[in-house]
Amino acid sequence: MKKKFGLLLLVSMLIISSLAGCSQSQDTGGGSSDVIKIGVFEPMTGANAAGGQMTVEGIELAHEAKGEVLGKKVELVIVDNKSDKVESANAASRLIEKDEVVAIIGSYGSSLSMAAGDIVKKAEVPAVGCSPTNPLVTLNNDYYFRVCFIDPFQGTVMANYAVNDLGAKTAAVIQDVTQDYSVGLSKYFIDAFKELTGDDNSIVETSSYNTGDQDFSAQLTNVKAKNPDVIFAPGNYGESALLIRQARDLGIDVPILGGDTWESPEFLSIGGDAVEGAVFSTHFTAEAPVTNVSGIFLEAYREKFEKEANAFAALGYDAYMVIMDTIEKAGSADPKAIRDGLAELEGFVGATGNITLDENGDAVKSAVINKVENGEFVYLTTVEPK
Amino acid sequence: MGNLNFLQHLANGISLGSLYALIAIGYTMVYGILRLINFAHGDIFMLGAYITYYGILFTSIPWWLVFIFASIFTGFIGLLLEKIAYRPLRESPRITILISAIGASFFLQNFGIVVFGGRPKAFPVPNILNKVIRLGGVSVGIVTFVIPTVTIILLLGLTYFITKTKTGMAMRALSKDYETASLMGIDINRIISITFFIGSFLAAVGGVMWGTKYPQLMPLMGVMPGLKCFIAAVIGGIGNITGAVIGGFILGLGEILLIAFLPNLTGYRDAFAFVLLIIILLVKPTGLMGEKITEKV
Repeated sequence: MKKKFGLLLLVSMLIISSLAGCSQSQDTGGGSSDVIKIGVFEPMTGANAAGGQMTVEGIELAHEAKGEVLGKKVELVIVDNKSDKVESANAASRLIEKDEVVAIIGSYGSSLSMAAGDIVKKAEVPAVGCSPTNPLVTLNNDYYFRVCFIDPFQGTVMANYAVNDLGAKTAAVIQDVTQDYSVGLSKYFIDAFKELTGDDNSIVETSSYNTGDQDFSAQLTNVKAKNPDVIFAPGNYGESALLIRQARDLGIDVPILGGDTWESPEFLSIGGDAVEGAVFSTHFTAEAPVTNVSGIFLEAYREKFEKEANAFAALGYDAYMVIMDTIEKAGSADPKAIRDGLAELEGFVGATGNITLDENGDAVKSAVINKVENGEFVYLTTVEPK
Repeated sequence: MGNLNFLQHLANGISLGSLYALIAIGYTMVYGILRLINFAHGDIFMLGAYITYYGILFTSIPWWLVFIFASIFTGFIGLLLEKIAYRPLRESPRITILISAIGASFFLQNFGIVVFGGRPKAFPVPNILNKVIRLGGVSVGIVTFVIPTVTIILLLGLTYFITKTKTGMAMRALSKDYETASLMGIDINRIISITFFIGSFLAAVGGVMWGTKYPQLMPLMGVMPGLKCFIAAVIGGIGNITGAVIGGFILGLGEILLIAFLPNLTGYRDAFAFVLLIIILLVKPTGLMGEKITEKV
């Protein structure tokens, strides 16, 4: 009898694991020459779902605006990476091997992009990230590019804001140790903050948590005991909103700062009154269009979704348009040709600004600082890169 | 670390522990009576929270009534789940039902993703439960008082129901020997349905309370709490309701104190629960208050 149970268990596990590997995108059968396939892997479910869905909105908008290149139809293959590093690597493999895409867009979340890094490098298919800001995404990878700025810049922007605008002398940092984004951004913030204050002891507390945690009361109680002037807590919008709620409940009333992931409607709705006054850096705001393409994008977005656009949709739009532009200029949709074109991209006019990719494949762009006021994101200022 | 700080940590721990305790009660009750680990418990918990969310959003009934109705409604979903996923397998080996429970859990999670969407929803917390009381330097949310109170009331009510009422007696008879119980004229189907109804009702109450404390609803929100409360139930002695409450408090307090005193181990927060599970299984497999189980073959 026992043997039979064991076998049954084994079989069901096999079935479960094979089911888990399935993806939602439709099978189109690769290899046909009159379509150009662009793969998209973004988190549509899980802890980063809002970010992925906002990005895909932008990509689809761009696809509607420009559905043809070199006289061929462009087809988007969208795969959900479920906010999971393993799923993300699987999604990238699937796009390359099964769908035979010529280029890949994605993914929101630096960890999710990094999980696919080696795969695109080995398969020699170029990938363009929309909003992964950790420097390691593109470093030493000739096939990974991105249309956004990177965290050494973003961390400095927020440290500058804390020291110069808020007059902070001490800070506490609370990071999500499972997100490369959060750990990296925290590090750059800490470095910049120490340099700006000229005090090596100005970071009074560094706390950590994991994606998926709901209770931050222990970390926050420790932070409160150190009495910092400001708290820097970059992380997923959901976790961050809960963290700020709990901070306010514990009677912590100092300003709380974060990074670009905070820009999502969920951050406002979950955070409620508690997130009032929260300040974060991001890539783009509808309140301050930067190029003539910004205007075109904002108009199209408003028409389709009947609301103001966000930074992630804008970056998704740009990532798609950058690939289309490269294919057009190269006159070929061969993955290698696209890669070479991307490596030399210069002065591309996108919705989020002028995009020139440096030797690592990173864009150098200005950052926007937003603040939550009356349940809305309000534009504060734009910071130019040095 | 100052005294005040320690008191705050203690308050945080009790608050989290009472929530774990609340969810563990339902888990352990279903096991105690049917000897079935209902792995879908965490997902019923998720459904309870979502149903309350939609109840508050789309109806104009006062929130506390929505809380009650939603919990009862979720109870009926649990009853339905038993009819579909467990009843047809009642004569099968126990492991088959266990696997069916895992399947039910996956089904509910994916159902949640399809129906409610992958993006999180903000649970509408009633203003009165949003208030914070400051006692000296310690801040305690109203929810922190409400949750343990609800837990204790449900614990007492359930204990009374199981030990004092006729249905409760039938439940206990069923847990001892299912065939003999049916020969004694107990309507097995009815009793099992009631057990599942109560178990799911308790899961839903847990979901609602979780939502008021951590107002972020996601289709997979039940997975971690489900696992942790299962561990809480095992620590207390699975099948024992008072044990589940004690296990919940141990787990909640332990987690908070671990992060408070050993901040470097924060990344191992979830691992802490599993380490505790392994230790208890090695040292006292029946749990702190568990009965000695003789395996029926």
